[in-house]
Amino acid sequence: MENVSLFILLSLLKIVVVLAIALTAVPVMVWVERKVSARIQNRHGPLYVGPFGLMQPLADVAKLLLKEDIIPTEADQVLYVLAPLMAFVPALLTFAVIPFGPYLQITDINIGIVYVLAVSSLGVYGLVMAGWSSNNKYALLGGLRSAAQMISYEIPLGLSIIGVLIYSRSLSMVKIVESQADLWFIVPQFLGFVLFLVAAFAETNRLPFDLPEAEQELIAGYHVEYSSLKFALFFLAEYVAMLSASCLIVILFFGGWLPLPFIGPVIEGFLPEIVVLYLMPLLWFLIKVAFFMFFFVWVRWTFPRLRYDQLMSLGWKVLLPLALLNVFISATFRMTGLF
Amino acid sequence: MGLQDVLFYYFAIVAVVTALMAITRHNPVHSVLFLVPCFFHIAGLFVLLGAEFLAAIQILVYTGAIMVLYLFVIALLNLTGVRGRRIAHRQSFLAAIVVLILMVQLVVLGLTSTFPGPFEKLAGASFLGNTEAVGAGIYTTFLFPFELASLVLLVAIFGAVVLAKKEAGE
Repeated sequence: MENVSLFILLSLLKIVVVLAIALTAVPVMVWVERKVSARIQNRHGPLYVGPFGLMQPLADVAKLLLKEDIIPTEADQVLYVLAPLMAFVPALLTFAVIPFGPYLQITDINIGIVYVLAVSSLGVYGLVMAGWSSNNKYALLGGLRSAAQMISYEIPLGLSIIGVLIYSRSLSMVKIVESQADLWFIVPQFLGFVLFLVAAFAETNRLPFDLPEAEQELIAGYHVEYSSLKFALFFLAEYVAMLSASCLIVILFFGGWLPLPFIGPVIEGFLPEIVVLYLMPLLWFLIKVAFFMFFFVWVRWTFPRLRYDQLMSLGWKVLLPLALLNVFISATFRMTGLF
Repeated sequence: MGLQDVLFYYFAIVAVVTALMAITRHNPVHSVLFLVPCFFHIAGLFVLLGAEFLAAIQILVYTGAIMVLYLFVIALLNLTGVRGRRIAHRQSFLAAIVVLILMVQLVVLGLTSTFPGPFEKLAGASFLGNTEAVGAGIYTTFLFPFELASLVLLVAIFGAVVLAKKEAGE
């Protein structure tokens, strides 16, 4: 019985720590996004709240919380209220299996990566429900676009992972990272990485794939009727999904918590063993994730949005055949032992 | 009653109730959305049987892809105007016959075969990893049905392409 309570206590502790990391990252990311976008457009960005405008996200949240929460009279009340939660909760659930380090993971299930794909594919219900229940034609169009986009890009997303799985021979996140000890999968799986990256951008609805909320055509798409805390939840969901996508990229292709090649071992040589064992993996992981978070922002302010037909032909006519090709090549290499 | 019994009855009852809700709603969007928790709880039953891989695939394929497609089509057609539509319609008689046949089959099957208890792990799930067990099964013992299913899907793909082409030509 004591073992059970210890297990529950330890799990709760891990959940709190992981969620704290995930949710603290969001305001930081919002700040980075505003600062980087300002730099790219030769502006200053937030300046006045706190040093370097660092407190700006908190001020934004306070402002959002104080706004009136409006529910349109013609809306489907129940679905309208449920939609932001349906967008936010699946994004957060993916962190149950994401390892931040060899010791910092809520649970390592042997189907880890399939679980992440399954759970993250549920986020689209939030967007479709929001779009439909708002009873607004722009919102409906946004919701429909997100549904079509999600279905089209989930297939290349899933197929691009197969190459990694052929090399790692396991679906467990920990085993996938451990099997990259000699060589990160970015090298043998470069094509898979590019496909996964593009599909992940589409799945998180980030530019150049933000058609569900295209401001110029749809005002704000699926969340046009939302205000106050419900709008904040959609916002939060987008950033948490982006964080989990960055974590996945790092775990699948960039060796997770393993140190950077060449400079990593040199730096770790100077540090005491206990730090190297317990702290450095987390640090390496966070550094790599931070790079991809920056990359998300960088791409957003560099590329224009795709047109709807371009989006569809990219997904079905380019990514899908390439993903199949990647599976074929990886399997051939593995069979012949070339790589 | 152990924890597993409690979980089993929870998953089973919610799955049945949401399935009933799905077929009795007047609004098709609500029907589709009730099927989502239904599939979720069926996945829960798979987990209780020790088939985690099947559970994840159930969620990924049914809730993550197929129901999204249904939702897309139904929201696009905007069938919400038909509130108060009768649940019974012209096909009710035919449906009743099909249901009757299915029920007889299930009852006969239930009476003539022995099932393991609800919580006995599926054979093969315990010593092999789940994924390996499924893969080995598909590519050895059940190769023929598996290939047959792929053939059916291939025909469906051809059908879809032919239909889409025809529409574009006109």
